[in-house]
Amino acid sequence: MEFQGESNIPAPCQEVWDALLDPEILKECIDGCQEMTQVSEHQYLAKVRARIGPVRTTFSANIQMVDVVAPTSYTLEVSATGGAAGFGKGSASISLVDHGSETQMHYAVNGVVGGKLAQIGSRLIGGVIDKLTTHFFTKFVERWTLQT
Amino acid sequence: MATETGIGASVRRTEDARFITGTGRYTDDINVPGQTYCVFVRSTHARAKIKSIDTSDALSTPGVVAAFVGADLAKDEIGDLPCGWLVKSKDGSDMIAPPHPPIATERVNYVGEPYALVIGETVQAAKDGAEAIVAEFEIQTPVMDVASATQSEQIHESVPSNRSYDWELGDKAATDAAFEDAAHVTSLDIVNNRLIPNAIEPRAALGSFDAASETYTLHTTSQNPHLERLVLAAFVNIAPEAKLHVVSPDVGGGFGSKIFVYAEETAVIWASAKVGRPVKWTADRVESFLSDAHGRDHVTHAELALSEEGDFLGLRVKTTANMGAYLSTFASSVPTYLYGTLMAGQYKTPAIYVEVQAVFTNTAPVDAYRGAGRPEATYVVERLVETAARELNTDVAELRRRNFINPEDFPYETPVALTYDTGNYAASLDKALEYANYSGFASRKARSEADGKRRGLGFSCYIEACGLAPSQVALSLGAGVGLFESAEVRVDVTGSVTVMTGAHSHGQGHETTFAQLVSDKLGIPFENVSVVHGDTRRSDYGLGTYGSRSIAVGGSAISKATDKIVTKAKKIAAHMLDSEEDQVSFDDGIFTIPDSNESLTFGEVAFSAYVPGNFPLDELEPGLSEKAFYDPANFTYPAGTHICEVEIDSETGTTSIVSFVAVDDFGNVINPMIVEGQVHGGLAQGIGQALLEHGIYDSDGQLVSGSYMDYTMPRADDLPDFVVDTTSTPCTHNPLGVKGCGEAGAIGATAAVMNAITDALGVKDLPMPATSETVWRAIQGG
Repeated sequence: MEFQGESNIPAPCQEVWDALLDPEILKECIDGCQEMTQVSEHQYLAKVRARIGPVRTTFSANIQMVDVVAPTSYTLEVSATGGAAGFGKGSASISLVDHGSETQMHYAVNGVVGGKLAQIGSRLIGGVIDKLTTHFFTKFVERWTLQT
Repeated sequence: MATETGIGASVRRTEDARFITGTGRYTDDINVPGQTYCVFVRSTHARAKIKSIDTSDALSTPGVVAAFVGADLAKDEIGDLPCGWLVKSKDGSDMIAPPHPPIATERVNYVGEPYALVIGETVQAAKDGAEAIVAEFEIQTPVMDVASATQSEQIHESVPSNRSYDWELGDKAATDAAFEDAAHVTSLDIVNNRLIPNAIEPRAALGSFDAASETYTLHTTSQNPHLERLVLAAFVNIAPEAKLHVVSPDVGGGFGSKIFVYAEETAVIWASAKVGRPVKWTADRVESFLSDAHGRDHVTHAELALSEEGDFLGLRVKTTANMGAYLSTFASSVPTYLYGTLMAGQYKTPAIYVEVQAVFTNTAPVDAYRGAGRPEATYVVERLVETAARELNTDVAELRRRNFINPEDFPYETPVALTYDTGNYAASLDKALEYANYSGFASRKARSEADGKRRGLGFSCYIEACGLAPSQVALSLGAGVGLFESAEVRVDVTGSVTVMTGAHSHGQGHETTFAQLVSDKLGIPFENVSVVHGDTRRSDYGLGTYGSRSIAVGGSAISKATDKIVTKAKKIAAHMLDSEEDQVSFDDGIFTIPDSNESLTFGEVAFSAYVPGNFPLDELEPGLSEKAFYDPANFTYPAGTHICEVEIDSETGTTSIVSFVAVDDFGNVINPMIVEGQVHGGLAQGIGQALLEHGIYDSDGQLVSGSYMDYTMPRADDLPDFVVDTTSTPCTHNPLGVKGCGEAGAIGATAAVMNAITDALGVKDLPMPATSETVWRAIQGG
């Protein structure tokens, strides 16, 4: 499963970069995120409650940042387990393009799911990810738009 | 006796009263005091090494009674799940059966393979415990493609090239020579799609252990409880057969998938002694998809050689059969002795050569599913024959007729190890042609075309070898068990009768059919006969129900036991009438002697048998109860013609089956209504394979058609109003002249549907299932 997209953030590049690395901000922006803990400079542990069609579960995710080039690009290696619902793992490459007061953010994600998620949820995952992504950027952009 | 309830009468099924009022008694309906619940923890990876399994959090979960891993079973010397049919490769070597521990120990080899079990006070507690099991895996690349499995990474240490066997049947040299002489060769590359059985009742097991008597009792959804007991005793080492009581109560459908001995009932019966309390497991639908043995899944290259005039000269078939990750109970026999042996079909093809290699992949095990090997064989032969007729611009019916084995040719020995006892293939074809209004097809096609639609007609003249038996043949070909059947007929004091059969009904209506048979033979009311099955302590022995064997083998055993009852009853009647045994006639429930108006009813003789006031006890024992074991001399060979007519919407690719005719020769028929019902069900499954059903794993080994959202079961609105009729050439070697009808629909229908669709589209082949997308793409030209 692969998908990509981009979003314009009305803030300078460094500011966006800092926000993307802030566990509190991430927790606010990820729908269903119950915990987001930074365990080392480039590692986070998260708990996210998600519903994929008939499968409802809390994922425990281990998120590792690799290939970090501040403040323009990094890759997230994510491995998540959802108990009886199965597992998901994948990576997301994120890059920021500085347009002065605005920053363009590109993301490319690929991942696989296993277990019940694949069995009964695989057709629905695209839609769920769409929703999560939209939610994330809406919330993320709001950090700046709501200030003005 | 021709009565409303005798042989040949469409008696309403007596068992249906409980089935349709919700008062059936299935395994999950049975509850025993102190019962606990088992949940299996299943692999979400298709291929991985187990690095560690930690059950400690599970054990401290509230309500959890116990948690076990594969090593716990191994410590108790619980054996592997065996494959009961030894197939040999071309070079004479035995097939390779990799170790199949019930609960995975070192590695997992398909998504859904159990690696731990948790037992709880409630299902929810056990589920919570299962969630708390922490397992670490080293994930490996799975082997998913059947065609390239032999060149892929090795799944099992003991199986080089992932190949269990490389089998052959027939005369290679003669077949190759036939192809050299051929005026025309038709060839096809065929994929027989993987199917998932989907019985309406999921598998279930309830195991109990009585410490005082050291006896285990297992209630389970088995099509063959005695076989279950045999395997659990002899291979799995649970307990001796005498200390194992297996009951298959009402069972809601099997289609083959409940023949096999699975991990779950094995673990449950073992665990019941371990925890000292009864343990119950009932599969949810997701588990059924993942862990019931799947069906079909062949990749085949097939060629038919023909003469200028259209005579079949030779048939060459090379198949790779997917076994899944392990060899299930009878998996090895399905693509060999139930497949290669059927390649003659209804035809006099003089030279046939079949090669089958069985390979392992990281998927659920594949085993017998309705028809088991014979649908795959019919698909190969009937797709080839229809394609050949089109290539030669010959009438598809007449090309078949030209090559039919004729009534005067029986018994007919095929080049692939079978001897057909009887048949009249042209009779079924003619009747089917009439029902299908074959001559009117051209005008119907023109009318469809005028409406912008495409119409096609497809045939399938199938044959099957069923009534699975005979023991001597099966044993000589590698079967691990005999294939006879047993019966006991007990006459009660008041003349009513209880029949114990080793056959097992999981939807077939045995309680009605067998009662008709016995009441007809004994001339007693249908209502006075009860049929008991599915209990190893009530029936002597039994091989169960599969391979359309219940009436041909089980019914014949009952017939034989009933004959013994008549013989004994005549002795008693002779004594009562002061005559000689050979002077007594028995007809329609009445015993008479010549030159006398004295007679006795069956009831009077039965009563006397149990109230033996003045029996000469050294010559005549009291009682009236007889047993029989019946082992037939040959398979039975039901055969028939199915004709399917489709209309395809050119814009959407949607296929409608506008007519489906099935004319089958089942020999004698006991209950035509039940037979028609069996044909309907089989047709639905055969059509389902062609149009709708597909078990799909993605390249990571995840089952992506693992629920009814993605796996399309045929529904009533997908199916036409079937035209079903029979012809009859009675089986020559069983006492009832019956052949069996359970699988015919699924065996014949698939090829007929695909022949119709390819005819409508004017394409040589199309992958199954022919969904609207597949058909639409074919219309668009690729």
